[in-house]
Parts: sequence; structure tokens; C-alpha cells
Amino acid sequence: MIDNLVQPFIEFAFMRRALVGSLAISLTAPPIGVFLVLRRMSLMGDAMGHAILPGAAIGYLLAGLSLFAMSLGGFAAGLAVALAAGLVARSTVLREDASLAGFYLVSLALGVMLVSMRGSSVDLLHVLFGTVLALNDGALILIASIASVSLVTLALIYRPLVLECFDAQFLRSVSPLSSTTHLLFLVLVVLNLVAGFQALGTLMAVGIMLLPAVAARFWAEDVGGMIAVAVASAFGSSVTGLLVSYYVNVPTGPAVILACGAFYLLSMLVGVRGGVLWGLMPRKHLEA
Amino acid sequence: MRNRLLTLIAFAFVMLGFSGAAHAADKVSNDKVASDKVKAVSSFSILGDMVKNVGGDRVEVTMLVGPNGDAHVFSPTPADAKMLAGADIFFVNGLGFEGWMERLENASGFTGALVVASGGVMPITMHEEEGHHHGVEAGDEQDHGTADHDEDEATDPHAWQNLYNGEIYVKNIRDGLIAVDPDGAETYEANAAKYLAAIEAQDKAVRAAVAKLPKARRKIITSHDAFGYFGNAYGLEIIAPEGVSTESEASAQDVAKIIRQIREEHIPAVFLENVTDRRLLDQIAAETGAKVGGTLYSDALSDEDGPAPTYLDMFRHNVGALTAALSS
Repeated sequence: MIDNLVQPFIEFAFMRRALVGSLAISLTAPPIGVFLVLRRMSLMGDAMGHAILPGAAIGYLLAGLSLFAMSLGGFAAGLAVALAAGLVARSTVLREDASLAGFYLVSLALGVMLVSMRGSSVDLLHVLFGTVLALNDGALILIASIASVSLVTLALIYRPLVLECFDAQFLRSVSPLSSTTHLLFLVLVVLNLVAGFQALGTLMAVGIMLLPAVAARFWAEDVGGMIAVAVASAFGSSVTGLLVSYYVNVPTGPAVILACGAFYLLSMLVGVRGGVLWGLMPRKHLEA
Repeated sequence: MRNRLLTLIAFAFVMLGFSGAAHAADKVSNDKVASDKVKAVSSFSILGDMVKNVGGDRVEVTMLVGPNGDAHVFSPTPADAKMLAGADIFFVNGLGFEGWMERLENASGFTGALVVASGGVMPITMHEEEGHHHGVEAGDEQDHGTADHDEDEATDPHAWQNLYNGEIYVKNIRDGLIAVDPDGAETYEANAAKYLAAIEAQDKAVRAAVAKLPKARRKIITSHDAFGYFGNAYGLEIIAPEGVSTESEASAQDVAKIIRQIREEHIPAVFLENVTDRRLLDQIAAETGAKVGGTLYSDALSDEDGPAPTYLDMFRHNVGALTAALSS
């Protein structure tokens, strides 16, 4: 039995690379996802997938089908959208979700227009998005570096970040770090997403960021605990997804995300903090 | 109350006015003003090249999916709809290649002639369980008529990869053009006859080239299963991790099977395509030590200054790349 679980990784280099890549993304994306969930920005990942299009389009217009140019452009566009949305949310009556929705749609429309102007119908995003089965050296180094940078940055801004999630006004009143923290956090989000898209494709990048974080809510009360559960479940789901894709012959990205989803449903039912089934069990009445 | 009623009635009249104007505008743009050339739209570059060869100077061809474009994931824009609305004749491949075709036709209000180039072609069906294998065995010989991929097996739409089918395409194109522009019938017949002769010559050249390859080496790996007809017609075994459309995603088992097969059968070369992401194939090549044998053109032609700017050039280039990698 253990033999079966380990054998695909022994035999094939691409499986080993997929494992390493998944581990890297499981270390870096779920902690960010936990914060996104806490700040009610959960749909940002999906919006980012569309928002990066004009940047990729400009990269393509300038440099042709160069993955580097398109990724750089995509990162710039994503950052612009994220920062603009963040700025608007902090200084106007709009909240995060509305401001993000506005900007990402503008960005997407701009991107579609730019792509059509060139006349060619190369599906840019199709070319830009990778798959976990095809992680070459460049992609692995990219994800690993971003994981390192993210973890260090998160460690540095951990306390103001947590405080900002729960009482942003207080932080603003006692410290000038509030804006910097917010900005750095947005940079991390966009960095992880764009790198994730390029290496793993949209589904896996956004899925690994959010699903484990959402599931972790049912297991821990403090942020540290949630991060730990999220990272563990992300990696567990990645391994499960890879093995299922190998033995049952289904596409890998969806298999990993469905594994995350299964854990999410399980958490919702039997999670220690707020699992639905525990709530349905009869409890003793409080008596004087 | 009365004001509101009046406003509502006025609004209704304005809406009627708009729809009337739109209808009138529609009619104007559809009037075939006697222009010099037949306006033809082809769905993708390979078909466009064929139409150019048959139509010659009498036809103005525009392509929806241009060179290096991927028609499997193409998404039409309003500009495309506008272009189609003004066209006299629309050439499509059929066999399920253009999933977006019906929507585009409806949206554009196209009233010209529709020619399905693959009409009369014997299609191959894909058998998913066999790991996307296309071998020297004959494909399924049932005639599926129009594209019906509600069945378990997907129809392989890449019929043009067999030059014999290419001839059927040319004949359908010729007949379509004659129907729309009977005055040019002589020109179309002459152009078509010349082109058919060139295609037949190329067919013989391909067969000769493949015959020179040692039998054990007539196997290749490409990214998606676009060469089923080519493999069947000319005797090559094609193995691919992705299925018939680039929209499908590879599974770990597919990739593992291919790597194992390359190792066991010593398949010499892996071929990239111009419409798919090369990284998966690069990974397979790196892991097995197979040579990356160059780029094959499957679903789209290259640019003007690329190696495969026309249908026949595409075949010359593909066969050249194949023989270079497989004979050494």
C-alpha cells in the first residue's frame, strides 16, 4: 500500500517536480488565503485571473510570446488593479469587494480590446497559464523564491496585518504602518497569484490559496492555528490529487482542487469549531 | 399618473423606432452591392489558404482565426460578427472544430452561403480509453455526417491533415464559390484543377518520404491529437497526452503512460506544435531524453515569413521535420 503511494514519485521526474511545486505553493498561498478570507476578500483570486489580461496583452504586443514579458506585464496589471481597489476602499464610501469588482472589470475589458487590436487570435491566457505537470526549472525556482519572499514578509508584517484584519481604525490611529502593511499584503497577493497562474494554471493557484483557508476556519480559532491547518490540508490535498490523477486518469488541477473541496465539506460537517454535525447533536440543558 | 402613462407610451414608441432603424440598417448592410470581389470568410487559416488558391483574384478572403491561432479555444468578438454579416460566403471546417460557429452565425445575422468544407469526408472518431492512440489501424469507418459529438466518442475534426481529404475540401470550396458567383465558374474550375494537381503531387511526396523511414521508427509524440488523419493515411503512429482538443487538460496517468512508452519503445522524437503550450512536451522530452524534433503545424499556418505559410508548405515543413528526426 505504501509502495503504491510512493512508486509514481520514484518512477517519474515530472511527478517529483509536481510534488515539490505543490509543496511550495502550499506553503505560500494558504497563509495569504487565510488573511483574504478574514478580510472578506475571498473572491479576489478569481478577479485577479481576469485582471491581469491587459498586462499580459501589452507584454505580448511588445515582446511576442515571451512568457517573461507576459508574466511581468500581468504582474504589473494585477498590482495596479489591486492597489487601485485598495486605495479606493480606504478613502471612499466603497468597500473592498465593490472597488475590486469595478477595477478588475475595467482591466479585463481593456485587455480584451488590446488583444483584439493586434488582430491575431492567439489565446493569450491559454498560453500564459501552465500546468502542475509541466514545471520546468524556471517555474520551480519562481514558485520557490516567491514562497520564501512571502513567508519572510508575512512574518515581518504579521502583527499589524492581524490587527488590520480585526480593527483597521485602531491600527491607523496608533501606527503609521497601516498603509504599508496593506500595500505589502496586496503585493504579496498579486505576486503569489501571478506566479501561481504561470506555473500551475488559474484553477490550482486560486484554489490552493482559498479552499484550505476556508476549511481551516472550522478547525482553529486563532490566526496561527488557521494557517497551520490550511498549509497542512493544502499539501495533503495536493498529494492526494496527484495520486488520484495518476491512478484514476483524471486531469491533475481539478483533482487537487476537488480534494481540497472534499476536505472543506468534511470540515464543514465535523470541524471542531462550528462543524454542523456537532451543532445538531442534543445537548444538556443548562440547569440552575 | 397621466404623466407616467404618457412617458411609458412615448418610451414604447422610441423602442419601436430603434428596432425599426436597426432592422433597416440590417437590410442595408446585407444588400450585396455589386462589388468586384466575392467576400469570403473562412473560419481558420488553413481553410483560408485553400479558398485563396481556388478563388484567386475574384475572391477577397478574411480569416477569423489567423496564423498561429487556436481555433479550439477561439472566442469571437463583435468585430468578427460585423465582418461575417457583410460576407457573401462563409467557409467552415465542420466536424465539431468550430464550437463557436452557430452562436456567431446567429449573432451576426449572416444570410450568405455556408460551406462546410469537410462535407463528404469519412471522419475518424477518438477512442478515449486507448490513451489517445492513433495507429496504423484504420479508424472507425462510420459516416457521422455533420458534427455530432454528443456520442461517447469525440469526432476528430483535423481531417485536412490527410491530403486526400484536402482534395474533398477543395472540391467543396470550388462548388460553393461557383454557387455564389456563377460568372466565375471557369476561373474557379481552372484554379481548382491546378491546385488539386499540386495536392496530389504533394501526397505522393509524403508517401515517398515516409516509405524511406525504417518501420520501427514511425512513431511520434505530439502535444494534442491533431494528426490522427495524417497517421492513418501515411502510416505513422501518433501518441499525445492531450486529447483531440487543446481545451482538455492532461492527467498524470496520461503523461506517465507516454513517458513509459517512450522509454520502452525508444521513440526518438517529440514534436511541439505551434498552437499549444510547449512546457508539457519539454518536460516529457527532458525526462526521457527524447529529442525535441521541431515544431509541427497542426491547426494553423505560420506567419507569412514562417516555415508554413500555406497548406502545402505546411505539409512540406511537417514531413521535413518528421523525416529529419525519425531517420537519424
